[in-house]
Amino acid sequence: MPEHTIDPNQWIHLYSDYLFNYTISRVNDREIAKDLVQDTFVAGLNSMKNFKGQASERTWLISILKRKIIDYYRKINSNKGKAEIRMSYSGDENEGDWLEERVADPYDKTAEDDLENNELGNAIYECLSKLPAKQAEVFKMKTILNYETEAICNELNITASNLWVIVHRARTAMAECMKKNWF
Amino acid sequence: MKKNILFISCEEAKHICDKNQYGEASFWEKFKLGLRLSWCKITRAYTKNNNALTKCIEDSKVDALNQQELDDLKQAFEKQLGNQH
Repeated sequence: MPEHTIDPNQWIHLYSDYLFNYTISRVNDREIAKDLVQDTFVAGLNSMKNFKGQASERTWLISILKRKIIDYYRKINSNKGKAEIRMSYSGDENEGDWLEERVADPYDKTAEDDLENNELGNAIYECLSKLPAKQAEVFKMKTILNYETEAICNELNITASNLWVIVHRARTAMAECMKKNWF
Repeated sequence: MKKNILFISCEEAKHICDKNQYGEASFWEKFKLGLRLSWCKITRAYTKNNNALTKCIEDSKVDALNQQELDDLKQAFEKQLGNQH
């Protein structure tokens, strides 16, 4: 019996930011990252019958997204020529697909800082996903998107003191969660 | 009871500490927080965790979709979802 179920109605709410953060750290372009996330959701929808429930929905969507990122790099590399794709290979024993490994395996990243930032970003989203929806939304707007207090209050129709109470609860929970998983 | 202008409660200190993470605490608030930090272990522990969280988020360069982008994505996806049914 499958361990995980699939519900595309929840995808945007649950996974958009996680997938977007995953993508933008690999393609460094906001518009392209948005397109790739959208393509991933559509591809996921079209291949729902292939979901076996052995991995979580998020893991399954990430595997689709990785293919999308690979396709994106293939496309831009095919425009530039193939030389760049094989540059990290030195011998016959190391045969494989450099591009695929670069996307699939974060240990192939050239800079250690990038790897750590990606993992840190994942840990933050992991903790954020455990917060109540309202707290997560306010925390994201205030801390990640750097919105002004007034703008958040107007958008969510809450008072400033209400916002700070929510921020306080969210920060306390986030710090606790990050302490367990990261600090 | 008259509110002491120098000494603040632990809750107020935490509130100022939160505001300070976003650069929204005034000089006077920071002064009162500093005073409390000099003797209150609980405020010190909270501030330490709070600062660590801020540093973590800054270091990660974590990004997210804004509301408009999220709405656009939702709209496009719901269209696809509708086509499936």
